[in-house]
Amino acid sequence: MPLDTKTPIPTSFRVVGTRPLRPDGIDKVTGRARFGADMWAPGMLVGRILRSPHAHARIRKIDISKAQALEGVKAVVTRADFKAQDGDLADILDNVMAGKKALYDGHAVAAVAAVSAAVARKALSLIEVDYEILPHVTDVDEAMKPGAPLLHDGMITAGVEPAPTKPSNVTRRHEFGHGDVEKGFKKADIVVEREFKTEATHQGYIEPHACLATLSPDGVAELWVCTQGHFMVRAVCAGLLGIDISKLRVTASEIGGGFGGKTTVFIEPVALALSRKANRPVKIVMSRDEVFRATGPTSSASMRVKIGVTKDGRITAADGEFRYQGGAYAGSPVEFGAMSAFACYDLENVRAVGYDVVCNRPKQAAYRAPGAPISAFAVESVIDELAKKLGMDAIDFRIKNAAKPGTKSSYGPTYGEIGLITTLEEAKKHPHWKAPVKPGQARSMACGFWFNFGGQTCVSLNINVDGTCTLAVGTPDIGGSRASMSLMAAEELGIPYESVRAIVADTSSLGYNDVTDGSRTTFATGMATIFAARDAIKKLCGRAAQIWGIPEDAVVWEKGYARPSGANAGSFEPLSLADIAKSSGNTGGPIAGHTEYNAEGAGVSFATHIVDAEVDKETGRTTITRYTVLQDAGKAVHPSYVEGQFQGGAVQGIGWALNEEYIYGKDGRLQNAGFLDYRIPVASDLPMIDTKIIEIPNKGHPYGVRGVGETSIVPPLAAIANAVSAAAGVRLTQLPMSPPKVLKAIEEGARKGH
Amino acid sequence: MSQVHVTAKINGDTTEYLCEPDETLLDVLRNRLGLTGAKEGCGTGDCGACSVTLDGRLVCSCLVLGAEANGREVRTIEGMAHGETLHPLQRKFLEHAALQCGICTPGFLVAAKALLDKNPDPSETEIRYWLAGNLCRCTGYDKIVRAVQDAAAEMRKG
Amino acid sequence: MRYEAPGSIESAVALLAQEKGRAYVLAGGTDLLVRLRGGYIEPDLVVDVKRIESMRKIVPEAGGFRIGAAVPAAELGEHPAVKKLWPGVVEAVELIGSKQVQGRATMVGNLCNASPAADSVPAMVAAGAVATVVGPNGKRNLPVEEISTSPGKTTLAKGEIVESILLAARPPHSGDAYLRFIPRTEMDIAVVGAGVNITLDDKGVCKAARVALGAVAERVLLVGPAADALIGTKLDEAALDKLAAAASAACRPIDDKRGTKEFRIKVAGVLARRAATIALERARKS
Repeated sequence: MPLDTKTPIPTSFRVVGTRPLRPDGIDKVTGRARFGADMWAPGMLVGRILRSPHAHARIRKIDISKAQALEGVKAVVTRADFKAQDGDLADILDNVMAGKKALYDGHAVAAVAAVSAAVARKALSLIEVDYEILPHVTDVDEAMKPGAPLLHDGMITAGVEPAPTKPSNVTRRHEFGHGDVEKGFKKADIVVEREFKTEATHQGYIEPHACLATLSPDGVAELWVCTQGHFMVRAVCAGLLGIDISKLRVTASEIGGGFGGKTTVFIEPVALALSRKANRPVKIVMSRDEVFRATGPTSSASMRVKIGVTKDGRITAADGEFRYQGGAYAGSPVEFGAMSAFACYDLENVRAVGYDVVCNRPKQAAYRAPGAPISAFAVESVIDELAKKLGMDAIDFRIKNAAKPGTKSSYGPTYGEIGLITTLEEAKKHPHWKAPVKPGQARSMACGFWFNFGGQTCVSLNINVDGTCTLAVGTPDIGGSRASMSLMAAEELGIPYESVRAIVADTSSLGYNDVTDGSRTTFATGMATIFAARDAIKKLCGRAAQIWGIPEDAVVWEKGYARPSGANAGSFEPLSLADIAKSSGNTGGPIAGHTEYNAEGAGVSFATHIVDAEVDKETGRTTITRYTVLQDAGKAVHPSYVEGQFQGGAVQGIGWALNEEYIYGKDGRLQNAGFLDYRIPVASDLPMIDTKIIEIPNKGHPYGVRGVGETSIVPPLAAIANAVSAAAGVRLTQLPMSPPKVLKAIEEGARKGH
Repeated sequence: MSQVHVTAKINGDTTEYLCEPDETLLDVLRNRLGLTGAKEGCGTGDCGACSVTLDGRLVCSCLVLGAEANGREVRTIEGMAHGETLHPLQRKFLEHAALQCGICTPGFLVAAKALLDKNPDPSETEIRYWLAGNLCRCTGYDKIVRAVQDAAAEMRKG
Repeated sequence: MRYEAPGSIESAVALLAQEKGRAYVLAGGTDLLVRLRGGYIEPDLVVDVKRIESMRKIVPEAGGFRIGAAVPAAELGEHPAVKKLWPGVVEAVELIGSKQVQGRATMVGNLCNASPAADSVPAMVAAGAVATVVGPNGKRNLPVEEISTSPGKTTLAKGEIVESILLAARPPHSGDAYLRFIPRTEMDIAVVGAGVNITLDDKGVCKAARVALGAVAERVLLVGPAADALIGTKLDEAALDKLAAAASAACRPIDDKRGTKEFRIKVAGVLARRAATIALERARKS
């Protein structure tokens, strides 16, 4: 069903925009909710994975005979137990289970299933792997140098004309932009150019990956798993195991956080392979160490950004080079990083070049607005510096150059209704921006952009005979989306919120759905829910027409009732949804609405963040003392959870800016694979996070909804860098701004006489 | 390795179990007793998702041996509500949307209850420091802190 | 692995002394269980000392307090009299891990785990705390700074257990303080720790001082020159500058994931100075 553009976006709502309790709430506060590791099956075995201790090594031989002979071991698998792949699945398979080479510390090389964790652990120690250790590289700049250790012999950089003749670790070059930057810089009165570096960070979800797999000799399989996309898991696993998609039923458990990190597979194909070999259910739960070493953190990066302005504060040209390493296989988010880098600005001349680089690190996975926070850190830092050089207020400078409806974006399309300037104007009016800065502190801000996605979506809405309805969606609920879906269904049908029960259906009960990612769920699944409700309403009206004996087009649906309408419709008492449902058995059987849809028109989103920071100049330690998020939500369906997304993204950004980083030793091994030394923010590190929801309706959605989940992590890195730089009196260009780094910068600044 | 026989009071009920000497209380609760409300987020005492009380004292059950619980009293998230009635903290977490994914929620609730049992009127700073051992990656803690403040206020009124 | 929870210190000592394999004492378990589960140790015997009544108590002794090896940090923090006498030590113990960890972790466990970054140890060393060690050959007392020699290594002989720590009575006008540097506000291992303990005379002149530093060497350091910088002064700016310089000069740290050498050396001086200022404040009030 295409988007019905004739029906205007409502200006007022009955239940959308209210804050009811979430339908899965009581399960989650009583401990009943079942997450990935909480499932059990008869005869279940424990699966464990053996991982490479080397950053880069050729696997000469794996001897599993001793492990197999150990009492209690029911299966041992290696790469040979998977179906050989070419094309899209080849890298995924190689990451799930190493083939010829181990490409990073933590790379899976074999796995066992045993009757207990203790036996499984012992069995792993009995697997003998003959490694030939190879030179490794973990830094993006090092990996790009000629002569760097090569991860893949045949990797020829794509996107370069003419194609290079020699292989390298650069898998692809991207370029976006328009105009002529060289000409633009000539018109500039002031030009700032700087180099930046950021370290890799992890999504840091509290729930380690977990799954329970059963694969029988006839190819029939069941998988219980915490994932952001069970249809994706089904497709990939069926491919890697060589079984039919229809035979694999995947059920998404409650999911304990993902932020993009659960949009791919790691352990699921392994559990299935073990189960097939043992012919028993196999459960694999990752340890926290495995989560850090062997899932998908985001890129580390190195960047150069150059922006020129005229004396009156108009940007004449913006140019950037973004180099992201994405781990051992192609596919860092540098494309999104380069596309989004300058997306906040209305630019005549702009160029963003991205290099996608491989390193001996775990293959990156999506992390909330993948790639965008990194490039925004560099760009918004330079913007801040320019505003200072111009003597302009940071917000005024941005308003002067901000993208607005009709602006040709730096990555191509022309913007429709967007709210960047509104977030900036609201920021300027906000009590936080107007309050006096406390002694010893500094205040700054930054903007951020994210595309938002739509994608393939399918929902079913069944009307029950008691007037309630059941809504089956195929996008795992990662942060309260069942509440939002119920609100939208109730709004459309005209029934109470409590009368809708939303569930996440398994892959055998519903058509294909894309992953819960790209801030797409409330937008795309929400739109599909509204359409399914409209489909059901059409049928409800048909039944009413049948009851009244009038034509179908003489019935309208208003506020939960079918009513006769038009000159010849006659006069009948309106029929409620419950009335029609009750008699559905006599009027043609069950009533349901469906949508199968590929959603477009997601509507980009923008945010402005304000931050106050204090820096202890003797130790380099930063304290965030006040924080405010202003973001365009299009329409906030459940405002509490919209605020929650704003706050959560901001705090992940605070962690990224200040203390989170992957630390590698000279041996290429990860040194901080735990929550003790991978330092995500704790409650005492933070102030309250103020929020301001701005609603500029997205015309691509019947209620005006935009995705809200990701944009909130884009501005904090730069906002905090700008505030810390102001407080410390020296420009910080490397993340994280951990105390040793800040102290060093302060001391070097003092030596240079800052 | 022979198993250890343990008799403990769990959520008020006398419970017997056998466990390996090196098995943690968390593993016993989850794998032997079916009490999966306590979660394992790290296994090293750094995330608080496995929080329970042991003789009234807040602990990480991943850092307690199952064998140590012999003769002691353990309380978990499963023992927090009374029948149909949620504990005020549970209710306030829902009302304030103090959870998104919900994996850390049982640990936060057990820890917050231990705080309010000891200090019925904690300041925001006291709440934040008390809960520093419970990691939440979704909420940024704002709504959690507000929920605890609101529950404390309600409980003080009686 | 065997798990034993004896009821007396004698049987605990006997169990440990007789074990032919690898034996470990379990007090709070917050370090031991992490190492056990991480596969870093494979014990044959674990002796849980929490069932030994005498080790679970805080007992007044000659104006000071004897703190049993199985007393968890949280319990110590709830003891107003110990807190009043040795605020720096109690604060340091209360910095170990989270509230959850404090429900289990003990001061003696922190000491015997022998990490140079242990929070309670610099405070205890500055306080001149004495450990009572029980073993197959009887009891002996030794200053806490003589327990650990390097990461994970202690001077305890096979079968020996630290039974308790004595925090002694102290003269009037005394104060102690402990500060540590961590990147977050909680949940980190000290990058640098500094404990300062001073006694003033009636005129406010420092007549005794002890300064200890953590996480800047292979073990906790008692820094004599840093104490000397304070003795005979009123802890004026010049004395504090000398203290900071002496503290920094005593450091012989490593570069690691938690901090660089130069950072630790600089911050050791900063923290020693700040801790001394707090100790001075307390000494003036007591």
